[in-house]
Amino acid sequence: MESQIAEIVQHTGGVIGVSWLMIAFPLVGAFILLVFNRFTDRWGHLLGVAMSLASFVVAVLAFFELIGLGEEARRRAVHLFEFIPGMPGEPAMVDMGLLIDPLSISFALLITGVGSLIHIYSIGYMAHDEHRRRFFAYLNLFVAAMLLLVLADNYVGLFIGWEGVGLASYLLIGFWQFKPSAAVAAKKAFVVNRVGDFGLLVGMFVIWTTFGTLAFKDLGAQVNGVQNGTTLAIGLLLLLGACGKSAQLPLQSWLLDAMEGPTPVSALIHAATMVTAGVYLVVRSGAFFFPEGSGAALAVAIVGAATLLAGAIIGCAKDDIKKGLAGSTMSQIGYMMLGAGFGPAGYAFAIGHLITHGFFKADMFLGAGSVMHGMNDEVNMRKYGGLRKYMPITFVTFFIGYLAIIGFPLLSGYFTKDGIIETAVHHQPVLGWLAVLGAGITGFYMSRMVFMTFFGEKRWADDAHPHESPTVMTVPLMILSLGALGLGGYLVLGGTLYDFLRPAVGGTPEGAPHFDPFTTPGLATLALVAVGAVFAWMRYGRATVPSVQPRGSFLTTFARRDLYGDALNESLFMRPGQWLTRIAVFFDNRGIDGLVNGLAAGVGGTSGRLRRIQTGFARTYALSILIGAALLTGALLFVGNI
Amino acid sequence: MTTHYLVLSGLLFAIGAIGVLVRRNAIVVFMCVELMLNACNLAFVTFSRQVGNLEGQIIAFFVMVVAAAEVVVGLAIIVTIFRTRRSASVDDANLLKY
Amino acid sequence: MSPWLPILMAVPVVGAIVVALLPKGSDKLAKQVTLLVSLLVLVLTGVMAAGFKPGGERFQFTAEYNWIPSFGVKFGVGVDGVALVLIALSVVLVPIVVLASWHDADGVKTADGTLITPKRSVKTYFSLLLVLETMMIGVFAATDIFLFYVFFEAMLIPMYFMIGSYGGAQRSYAAVKFLLYSLFGGLLMLVAVIGLFVVAGKQSFMFPELVGAIQDPVMQKWLFAGFFIAFAIKAPLWPVHTWLPDAAAQAPAGAAVLLVGVLDKVGTFGMLRFCLELFPDAAKAFTMPIVVLAVISIIYGAIVAIGQTDMKRLIAYTSISHFGFIVLGVFAMSGVAQSGAALYMVNHGFATGALFLAAGFLIARRGSPFLGDYGGVQKVAPLLAGFFLVAGLAGLSLPGLSSFVSEFMVMIGTYSSTAHGSGALTAAAIISAVAVVLAAVYILWMVQRVMNGPTAEPVKAFRDLNAREVWVLAPLVALIIGFGFYPKPLLDVINPSVQHTLTNVKVPTSTIAEKGTGQ
Repeated sequence: MESQIAEIVQHTGGVIGVSWLMIAFPLVGAFILLVFNRFTDRWGHLLGVAMSLASFVVAVLAFFELIGLGEEARRRAVHLFEFIPGMPGEPAMVDMGLLIDPLSISFALLITGVGSLIHIYSIGYMAHDEHRRRFFAYLNLFVAAMLLLVLADNYVGLFIGWEGVGLASYLLIGFWQFKPSAAVAAKKAFVVNRVGDFGLLVGMFVIWTTFGTLAFKDLGAQVNGVQNGTTLAIGLLLLLGACGKSAQLPLQSWLLDAMEGPTPVSALIHAATMVTAGVYLVVRSGAFFFPEGSGAALAVAIVGAATLLAGAIIGCAKDDIKKGLAGSTMSQIGYMMLGAGFGPAGYAFAIGHLITHGFFKADMFLGAGSVMHGMNDEVNMRKYGGLRKYMPITFVTFFIGYLAIIGFPLLSGYFTKDGIIETAVHHQPVLGWLAVLGAGITGFYMSRMVFMTFFGEKRWADDAHPHESPTVMTVPLMILSLGALGLGGYLVLGGTLYDFLRPAVGGTPEGAPHFDPFTTPGLATLALVAVGAVFAWMRYGRATVPSVQPRGSFLTTFARRDLYGDALNESLFMRPGQWLTRIAVFFDNRGIDGLVNGLAAGVGGTSGRLRRIQTGFARTYALSILIGAALLTGALLFVGNI
Repeated sequence: MTTHYLVLSGLLFAIGAIGVLVRRNAIVVFMCVELMLNACNLAFVTFSRQVGNLEGQIIAFFVMVVAAAEVVVGLAIIVTIFRTRRSASVDDANLLKY
Repeated sequence: MSPWLPILMAVPVVGAIVVALLPKGSDKLAKQVTLLVSLLVLVLTGVMAAGFKPGGERFQFTAEYNWIPSFGVKFGVGVDGVALVLIALSVVLVPIVVLASWHDADGVKTADGTLITPKRSVKTYFSLLLVLETMMIGVFAATDIFLFYVFFEAMLIPMYFMIGSYGGAQRSYAAVKFLLYSLFGGLLMLVAVIGLFVVAGKQSFMFPELVGAIQDPVMQKWLFAGFFIAFAIKAPLWPVHTWLPDAAAQAPAGAAVLLVGVLDKVGTFGMLRFCLELFPDAAKAFTMPIVVLAVISIIYGAIVAIGQTDMKRLIAYTSISHFGFIVLGVFAMSGVAQSGAALYMVNHGFATGALFLAAGFLIARRGSPFLGDYGGVQKVAPLLAGFFLVAGLAGLSLPGLSSFVSEFMVMIGTYSSTAHGSGALTAAAIISAVAVVLAAVYILWMVQRVMNGPTAEPVKAFRDLNAREVWVLAPLVALIIGFGFYPKPLLDVINPSVQHTLTNVKVPTSTIAEKGTGQ
């Protein structure tokens, strides 16, 4: 079973030849909106949307041009410029270029497609914000950076995009920076991500030192299936980077706080696209550093399984609708990571789940945004209830997203998640059954969310007047829910996505996974999801939901506190770090500088005492001259006698 | 034979040096300095004669010239100090100190 | 013989004399003349740099005049790639600093009218600035080591007066500390310069003639130490760094930019040019202790920066961390790391320059350098906050901004260097990569405390940047972003120069991974 990835071919001309336009459009948009700031206030949002749509059009055209090529010729490299030149007479150390292949174009379509919808939605959502223009500038910046991340043909370009999305995420989480909580959350997200970046950076050092290149094109030939301690180390370092960006254990703590940002940001960055960059990194490096059965791949799967459970447990206890969804995002990315730990068959399901998740989670986040929009920005689900009558479109689209995420048969999530679970049970039964358990918990917490929000009786504040959102917000919801309905089946049935991705991620034509829902894990998943949903109905649908949070058991508190992740970080890193900082500052001021100043004071004091010799009496001076002369003469006589 | 001259020179120098150290009157101190210079001159001339060349005598002339110049400057300073402080004591002129 | 460099050095000095001789009361004219002269120098340098051939002779635009013939001292100038980019950095920064310090000597008032610094002589300030420009060009252009030494020491004088007369409350303490530290190092260097002259026995101080002249390894070590200590103080390297936070915090923002952006680079430039090439065996022998000091600087500077409450001191400590990177790159003995270090010298000048100037604009509005006195500036002065953020992000080496390329090259070059048994340098690279996280903490925490949160009461009176201030920061930010995505123009000039250096040190120069390919 030879699972070779296809050769990357230089490409000129056509839409692929100008695929850099995909990045250029939103970048120019961000540039114009930021530089000509106030002058663009009136039409800035339209420019932002137009640039994102233009990028989408390029992506679609490039996609069609790509599938027009032969299956094995679908990996096209476009050279842009020499980034870090080499010594005279040597090839460049890093060449900047784009790689258009099935994997990257799938991401590009998701980013620009869902991105454009969220841009459109934001016109309505941010209509009353005086800094709407800046918001669109940041969104455009994000789209450009994310596209660079997935399109770059080398790790350095990927890293630039990687940090670029981190920056956009920082700016957007802290968009309402006058709220201290938002400012802190933004900083936390960036710093935690930087811990992951440390891994990615060192990983790049090792790759370059070992293989002499950072370009995906040359890496294939260099690695050539070699597996040893070095590739394992690289894999683990890259995984650390992926954990940071994708909010996987142990770097998960920032994602829940990141919900301080405006809701479209949570939908685009913290659900649909940016947080899946870690999965992209693993799949992109898969053929080199995470081959099926390697230790690094197993580590990926373990991290995924652990996070999918952690995220699901957190999701069960949150009353804040956005934080509940954030826990769910963590959990779903955990599924993707789990899938990405099992080679090409797993990759197809992981990417498939990533795409469908992009749709249904964006759908639900935007739905949550729509609810908040109608409820005076209230996020506490205990203050919702019975909203389905007041927001019918929001309810229906949200409900479709809900059915998709819990894996209701024939909806998107059903195919992709079930695929991951089947693959996992096949390779690593323990992890696979944990994923089944996770699916059951998903059934519980998502149902809880739907029942608390849209069913039951009204628990609103007195000044709430729930109403349906404007068309500019509901149309994107409808389009996204269409994706949540049918996309999964299209991608998974008949191995469509597997065959499409095969040239980029490897795998054999015969190896296409056969989708069979009637297996033990498949049926067990459905049963557990049903149990979870029914349990949720009993507690939050049928019973009255208290509008004040009850105390809850030990386990509930555990989940409400995000599994004590923050407490752990605080006691392990933050407090010792603060102490270390204080000690260092003290040492610098009193130790090093004290030594220097002490030396200076010593010299000053000595000379202060010495100058007392200058009495001002001429005879004292004369005497000292005489003594000096006598000593000198004596010394000369003494020396002369030797 | 030159020993006597050198002893005399040494005595004169010692008298001058002690005078500089113990006397307070600027004029006396000044004359003691001159005494020391002349003691040196005596030594130079003595050695010149003993060795038999003229260099010592030439240096003696230089010393005389320097002494004359010193008298000019030194006396002027002493007169000025006396005018401002109404005193010729060197101990009164002790402003240049720490 | 090319007249370019002597002309470049003469123009600012002539300008300085003109400014100093202007009649009383013509402060505005003095500023305008200074700006014009500095722009003229910038244009001249641009024209000169356009004629530089990266693949040509090592030293170009050379000129030699006899100066003290009895000791073979010459007025010898010429530039290689590294010197050229550093001269370019200096002449770019000077007009920006002139514009930024426009009102610094007029007596600075805060928004509510309290006087921070009293009015002082404007003409003196700007003529000192121009004199300093001549010396900055001279120190990088000197190919005669004696001439280099003269500029190295003479540069202290205008900077001493700029800190001592125009600085903050503790200015005289800071100025004296700066002067004494630097003089101490300078004197050690003087001893080493004389020793070099005597031991080499070439009756010349010209750098190209002295390369390889000292063969005795023990003598190399002594002379290396003399040069290195001087440069380490200048750079500054832990533990001789404590003068920098004081000097930078007390100096007016413009002078601080030149101090940290250019003057300190003389230290790292000297290590690269003189310590390595004149004493290659000693440099190799001392590599490990120096790398350890550099790594300590990187981490220590970052940690102490986190704990600072004074904005300018914080930026100074971040610079200590960055200088650690530069020194690490210089002594990692690999082509990539050294090119990265040379590039870092330039990028750090732009990034820290922008950060100091933006901080200076904040302090001019509030009258206090303490972070706790700010809060919510973004709300009232979004433009200032934006520039501050970009400059800060350049300080934390965000990819896409210029510092990233150099930091990346330094670290990856150090990691892959085989010069001294790979293990130690590999470890050094990994430890220094921790600074990536620490940098995010110190920059973003500063941004959060100053820019975010509810707007503090005294901050509400802030006005946003005016046109002059935008013109100060915009070119720097443009350079930071431009070289972040396209560093090739700089690296194409730097690389051949680094190749010469490494050839003289007898180290392989390839930028291709040195441990070979594959397993």
